[in-house]
Amino acid sequence: MNKKNKNNFTNDQLLKFYEKMFLIRKFEEKAAQLYGAGKIGGFCHLYIGQEAVVIGILSSINSEDTVITAYRDHGHILARGVDPKLVMSELTGRKDGISKGKGGSMHMFSKANRFYGGHGIVGAQVPLGVGIGFAHKYRNEKKISRVYLGDGAMSNGQVFEAFNLASLWELPVLFIIENNKYGMGTSIGRSAAGGELYERATVFGIKGEKVDGMNFFNVSESAIRAREYIEKNSKPYIIEMDTYRFRGHSMSDPGLYRTKDEVNKMKEIDPVLMMKETLLNDYKIQEETIKNVESDIKKQIKDVEKFSLESPLPDLKELYTEVYL
Amino acid sequence: MKILLPALSPTMETGNLVKWLVKEGDSVVSGDILAEIETDKATMELESPDDGKVEKILVKEGTENISVNTEIALLRVDGEEIEEISEKPIEKSPQVSSNGSEQPATELKISMNSLLNQTKENSDEKNWSEKEISMREALNKAIEEEMEYDKDVFLLGEEVAEYDGAYKVTQGLLDKFGSKRVLDTPISEHGFTGLAIGAAMAGLKPVCEFMTFNFSMQAIDQIVNSAAKSLYMSGGEINVPIVFRGPNGAAARVGAQHSQCFISWFSHIPGLIVIAPSNARDAKGLLKSSIRNPNPVVFLEHELLYKEKTNVPEENDFLIPIGKGNLIKEGKDVTIIGFSMSVQRILNALPSINKLGISPDIIDLRSIKPLDEELIYKSVKKTNRVVIVEDGFGNTSFGSHLSYLIQSNCFDFLDSEIIKVSGKDVPMPYAENLEKLALPNTDEIVSAVKKVSYIN
Ligand SMILES: Cc1ncc(C[n+]2csc(CCOP(=O)(O)OP(=O)(O)O)c2C)c(N)n1
Ligand SMILES: [Mg+2]
Repeated sequence: MNKKNKNNFTNDQLLKFYEKMFLIRKFEEKAAQLYGAGKIGGFCHLYIGQEAVVIGILSSINSEDTVITAYRDHGHILARGVDPKLVMSELTGRKDGISKGKGGSMHMFSKANRFYGGHGIVGAQVPLGVGIGFAHKYRNEKKISRVYLGDGAMSNGQVFEAFNLASLWELPVLFIIENNKYGMGTSIGRSAAGGELYERATVFGIKGEKVDGMNFFNVSESAIRAREYIEKNSKPYIIEMDTYRFRGHSMSDPGLYRTKDEVNKMKEIDPVLMMKETLLNDYKIQEETIKNVESDIKKQIKDVEKFSLESPLPDLKELYTEVYL
Repeated sequence: MKILLPALSPTMETGNLVKWLVKEGDSVVSGDILAEIETDKATMELESPDDGKVEKILVKEGTENISVNTEIALLRVDGEEIEEISEKPIEKSPQVSSNGSEQPATELKISMNSLLNQTKENSDEKNWSEKEISMREALNKAIEEEMEYDKDVFLLGEEVAEYDGAYKVTQGLLDKFGSKRVLDTPISEHGFTGLAIGAAMAGLKPVCEFMTFNFSMQAIDQIVNSAAKSLYMSGGEINVPIVFRGPNGAAARVGAQHSQCFISWFSHIPGLIVIAPSNARDAKGLLKSSIRNPNPVVFLEHELLYKEKTNVPEENDFLIPIGKGNLIKEGKDVTIIGFSMSVQRILNALPSINKLGISPDIIDLRSIKPLDEELIYKSVKKTNRVVIVEDGFGNTSFGSHLSYLIQSNCFDFLDSEIIKVSGKDVPMPYAENLEKLALPNTDEIVSAVKKVSYIN
């Protein structure tokens, strides 16, 4: 277990990060239940197992920084601070959803929280994120555009066009590959030729590294290193996160492409449990304190569920609104 | 806490309880596997939603056709009161389908199958040996037979091989033909589509699957600029014998970026053949003809039709010619035209139309391009009234073009305006009520029929 805390977070800060990770975990477990009960429809891609990535990155984020990702976005929008009630109500397709029930699990956005979605076409968010970085530079804003993509997306052509542009035009973009080892049922070894994924960006002159994405502290350190590099050099940077999803690709994935053993092995380095153990053992945070945080979250999730089921369906006239401004 | 039979896919309505992996009294933690459930697509594991003890098992293993949301067990969650067991019997019949069609799937099936049985279009009078199978199986058979028939046919796409297909259409093909002819691709649509077109130029016959046609947009340049135009640009030198296939249109609540019908897009392009079957029989016969065709064919399937069954000839020389529509129901008062999913929507509306005392001709186009104009005009000249039903956006749609063709070829025969019932011109919303409203529905079809018939 990593005991280093090079970033000198206080115990209170660390507890806050743990709280966020725990919130994502419990939120996703509830989403799975509601999906099973038919309250959530369509596709629903859970973030369970990858919590340390988004919260580790969050620890380096300036609140002005922008974030964009693909369809596995519940954890991302929660990390950005959007009210879980609005997120769950989007999943249940209700009026109070963050996209008024019109987007669904894959399409959530919040300009106020600098979250640009929520995109369903693999790879498409990457040029968009580079464009957001372009806007930051154009306006002389001190912001970094954070662009998440999967290991599967790393074989999508537009991603490489985006790398080239970001490097050529020296844009403030942090690319984060969430390498959870599979794109649906295809393991990374069966989809990507050559060496490490992040090296596919380094050939465009983008500096990068690979990091243990199951460990909050490692993620956080590399994220802070990346932010310093981008700010100092006004150039893009890429981090490949070694991570894992514990659940199926979406809710309808029987998961026959990997063994039970493999999943169970990875569960031994569950990022949420590891973070908790580190806080208990290395930071001597009281068990009681952590229990309180957890039970508050559990209570909150009950309210979130209730809210998301009581919120009415969208008004029928919403069908025609917001096609144009 | 009640454990309900969960919905384990966007289209699941019932499931079979294959096996319990826990027994009454067992302690479980959140995420433990409680049971194996067989869905419309696969066998899935049911995970415990919380920590606790298995209090009671309410549905025996081996039970089939359990409706989603049936109570199957009770879990005593640590620190929670036991809930009452409601003595609700297990419902055997499927619920109203979740896709917004108003009738149970089984009724649709029967009517489609019986209509097809009445209108066997085979002029060669061959006595096929038939078996009732789903469209999913029919497509699978078609690919399998053509791969056996022609060694140059190969299949590529995302998850088509080891995963058995995202929608299980290509199940078993890897085992049968091996990884040289059944290839899983990376998520590189633009690249693998171009590769497939190149291979076709060099004489192979690729079947290029898009996991859904939404992702064909990544490859639209290769389809339009390379596949469709090469024969013409080369003065007949280079043909492109390829089939692009996969589900098209709106499935069930998968949102704006995953729910678009591209029939109008592809039928706009000279050089492409466009096919959109509504049932298993046509799917098999037309896919086989498409694979044998020397041109690029865009073969548009529909996820919600994959499970629907009809009688399908088992012989491997069963082909349905491209360019032939099918008059699936003969009437006299109005011509209703559909294709793919919209045929099912028309059949859903049929009882209400019959109740009005109206007997329609129902034409399933099957082939969008080339179009069976003769069949359409013959019907219109008899009925003098036309309703067109299409799932895609109404603006600049295939239905718009069709109504142009009908008015210019049958002008003197029309007794009324032509009415087109299309998908609404909005990106597909996620919310259940809005999605239903966005797609053509029974009420809209019935009122269109009333309007062209001057009934108030
Ligand atoms: C262009 C495109 N092709 C195919 C799909 C279907 N699809 C959705 S997710 C996915 C796998 C993506 O894997 P990865 O990028 O590793 O992300 P992860 O799901 O692991 O988070 C595929 C093939 C899609 N959404 N977009
Ligand atoms: Mg992945």
